[in-house]
Amino acid sequence: MPAVLPTAFQQASIDYLAVLPMIIVVAGALVGVLVEAFAPRDRRHPIQVWLTVGTLLVALVVLAVWSRDHQAVTLGGSVAVDGVSLFLQGTLLLLSVIGVLVMAERFGGVGSDAFTPMGASTPGSTQEDAATRAGYATSEVFPLTLFAVLGMMVFVSANDLITLFVGLEVLSLPLYVMTGLARRRRLLSQEAALKYFLLGAFSSAFFLFGAALLFGYAGSADLKVLASAIQTNAGDLDGLLLPGVVLTLVGLLFKVGAVPFHSWTPDAYQGAPTPVTGFMAACTKLAAFGAILRLTYVGVAPDRWDWQIGVVVIAILTMVVGAVLSVTQTDVKRLLAYSSIAHAGFILVGVLAFSRTAIGGVMFYLLAYGATTIAAFAIVTMVRQDGSEASHLSQWAGLGRNHPVVAGTFAFLLLAFAGIPLTSGFTAKFAAFAPAVQSGTAGTVMVVVGVLASAVTAFVYVRLIVLMYFTEPVEGVVALQPSVPSTIAITLGVAVTVVAGVAPAVVLELANNASQFLL
Amino acid sequence: MTSLPLLTLMMVVPVLGAVVVAALPVGSARLVRPVALGTTLVTLVLAVAAWVAFDSGSGTMFQLTETHSWIPQFGVSYALGVDGIALALIVMAAILTPVCVLAAWNDVDEAEFGRMKRYFALMLVLEAFMVGVFAATDVFLFYVFFEAMLIPVYFLIGMYGGPQRQYAAMKFLLFSLAGGLVMLVGVIAVYFVGPGGPDGFLVEKLIGGLDGSTVALRWMFVAFFVAFAVKAPMWPVHTWLPDAATESRPATAVLLVGVLDKVGTYGMIRFCLQLFPEASHWATPVVLTLAVISVVYGALLAIGQTDMMRLIAFTSISHFGFIVLGIFAMTSVGGAGSTLYMVNHGFSTAGLFLIAGFLVTRHGSKRIPDYGGWQRVTPVLAGTFLVAGLSSLALPGLSSFVSEFLVLQGTFMRYKVAAVVAALGIVLAALYILLMYQRTMTGPKPSFAEGEAPRDLSLRERWVVAPIIVSFVVLGFFPKPVLDLVNPAVDKTLQIVGVTDPAPTDASGSAK
Repeated sequence: MPAVLPTAFQQASIDYLAVLPMIIVVAGALVGVLVEAFAPRDRRHPIQVWLTVGTLLVALVVLAVWSRDHQAVTLGGSVAVDGVSLFLQGTLLLLSVIGVLVMAERFGGVGSDAFTPMGASTPGSTQEDAATRAGYATSEVFPLTLFAVLGMMVFVSANDLITLFVGLEVLSLPLYVMTGLARRRRLLSQEAALKYFLLGAFSSAFFLFGAALLFGYAGSADLKVLASAIQTNAGDLDGLLLPGVVLTLVGLLFKVGAVPFHSWTPDAYQGAPTPVTGFMAACTKLAAFGAILRLTYVGVAPDRWDWQIGVVVIAILTMVVGAVLSVTQTDVKRLLAYSSIAHAGFILVGVLAFSRTAIGGVMFYLLAYGATTIAAFAIVTMVRQDGSEASHLSQWAGLGRNHPVVAGTFAFLLLAFAGIPLTSGFTAKFAAFAPAVQSGTAGTVMVVVGVLASAVTAFVYVRLIVLMYFTEPVEGVVALQPSVPSTIAITLGVAVTVVAGVAPAVVLELANNASQFLL
Repeated sequence: MTSLPLLTLMMVVPVLGAVVVAALPVGSARLVRPVALGTTLVTLVLAVAAWVAFDSGSGTMFQLTETHSWIPQFGVSYALGVDGIALALIVMAAILTPVCVLAAWNDVDEAEFGRMKRYFALMLVLEAFMVGVFAATDVFLFYVFFEAMLIPVYFLIGMYGGPQRQYAAMKFLLFSLAGGLVMLVGVIAVYFVGPGGPDGFLVEKLIGGLDGSTVALRWMFVAFFVAFAVKAPMWPVHTWLPDAATESRPATAVLLVGVLDKVGTYGMIRFCLQLFPEASHWATPVVLTLAVISVVYGALLAIGQTDMMRLIAFTSISHFGFIVLGIFAMTSVGGAGSTLYMVNHGFSTAGLFLIAGFLVTRHGSKRIPDYGGWQRVTPVLAGTFLVAGLSSLALPGLSSFVSEFLVLQGTFMRYKVAAVVAALGIVLAALYILLMYQRTMTGPKPSFAEGEAPRDLSLRERWVVAPIIVSFVVLGFFPKPVLDLVNPAVDKTLQIVGVTDPAPTDASGSAK
């Protein structure tokens, strides 16, 4: 007897134009791998930079020109290319371009300045010295970045739990590797990578277990089916629903660094090569919030009265812990890490408003925060003492005296983080908080906590400004002259910060129009 | 009406001036101060033009209006306009800024070119924000200016102030920011109880258009009031002011206390009273109590100060108590008195801070006991200091008397106890001002080393003092122009709040 075949196997229809940006990115990444294999070593860096930036830009153009008119749920229902995912993917591509330009900074060296010449060598070993002398360079970070971007793009558009998980892993694995590749303080970097990897693996397991429970509940991994199963309350497996939701949310909240799943953030941010930190802080956060939006709004929204209160508590904790702990930091990268935790809390406040304007507000926030963050970390890479990054706060003293432009730009970005009006930080905060106030008492309480936490973080940023401007300079701390790519990156970041602060109407309009999920 | 966007111009001109000052090349140090002064004078001309164009008899709420859509998604418009109260404050700011620039002429050494450029550029930027905050007729826009204003002040104190400047600047910023952020919640909430739409933040649409529960509106009132109480500053959230005032340069202190703090009292009229009439009535007892405490507490602490700048700062806390008292008495007399007081206080504080500053530059100490007998050395300085002091203690014939009298009269019409207790403040004012004058200026002639005797006021300093003294006398004898300007606006406010003045009563207590 022949094996039983499915009676009607239907090939999933694919709307190629809708997913073309993702295809371009993966193609670029694969070409990047080939470049690593075949291009001469001394040519790899420029080739990779051009290839990566070019790939991202082409994908962005394709997305803006063609995919926009091809909104569809495609690939057999596993990928939803709708307004939300297109806006987030576009933002991701834009931010990745900025991030890659920062990674390309060489400061006159052979390869990227931030990355070790040979990741496999033992820190401080003769092998490492030999690699440096031979002019090795880890230009494979560029294809790795492209793979991570692909994972993020899948993550924000995944319409079922399996695809969501695939996206999660595709974006995480390259980041674990990149975290461990810092050129300086390599032990710290490798430790960070290990921590990030172990905790990330844990959270992935949580997510997977939750996804399995939800699959058991609904009988399908599809978010839409899950939603209608909750609505009709069909199954007699009710006990699986809440644990499933909680566990999947834990997996996702880990990625955004929400308290109490935040403990990897400061270590990973501090240890990772600074351009990677900027890229992670902006893009990973964006992708994870995209996934949270889709899971909570499309998938488990009908059940939200059961789990919402828990996330409200997490949001409040995230804001308070992030803000308060940032006060005691003495390392600028850890400080920005805790500030990113607080910002994750602010964004969660917007997410929990559960309205269309909230989606637009959150997406606007992610764009504004991402651009500011990458630019800020780019500046951190430039400030040096004895050749290594001067990341201790005391080394930033008096920077404004000797390097007014660098310090001025950084001060401006800090004011944006603090949410001072006429910067993107303020409009973004307003965009995320307004729907929350509208949503009711719980939202208003969170907003009150949020503004108080903002005041605390403002103290932290302003103290850093004080340090840069009002104190005596430290001997030997210099700001290196950035090359053209990082100058472009910082300029772009600052430009977004200004425009989104002074004239945000156009971007907000775009975000609001895109704030509709396709079911 | 004029077709020129005067209010926008009054912001564009100082900003342009600031850019020009900041962009001056090395070697043009001599140009910095004339450019800055010229800019402020042009702004003053524009302010006068706005005053001329303003029609007190007009029935519309705001004049010289400009409205453009800014962030329609949030309901935000770039909307400017003035009523009498706002215009009076803008004109005051426009007069005080050139005075302050002139007073700050030698604050920064010409050798430190970059530092000097930034100092005057920051002042000009601040002037633009001051105009904007009073002229904004969109709640969101007001908030933007309200917060953005903190940044130049922060740098003015933190980079150019005295030895404790960083502490003072940080304290100032944190107090203001915390208050402001609480207000942000109110700002957001107001939009949702209002009519909404792409221009839902316009004050004109919000007044009378708030449709929320009584409790919600009261909470919003509190959110706004806290921010304004910090700014004003009222007891018990006043503690940042003495530090900020004594650590900043006198010119900065004038702009801070004389103009910026008025945003607090102005905001109480424009937002607390006009947007939340019911909540204002509800909160009146508490607010009046705090105001009376501010009056007496500020005056008592002023008497105990040995630092001149701190003393003047505490007198301001007392005076702000009077202003708040007049606003929340909700009588037309009290409201007009408060508004006039805001203007007068700006000038009298300017006089005190600047002349005390001249004194400090001569002797290098802010401590009152380090002085004595200076009227024999610097008679003009001493004389003008006395006049400024007398104006501050509300001597009849000088400007503050009119406003203080109106405030007390207006308060007495409705809240007799509060008025009587607050009247104590006048007595105490005489004490702290005259004691300070006595200790610094009277007594035996101090001895100085040969050739080091301090010189009397220079020509530049006389030019600084002259407009201030003129304002004392003019507004003291003939406050009518200002009162004509503000009265319609005050009446309009009371009409919105829905109160009428209590009928005068005769001795038997029955209404006539």
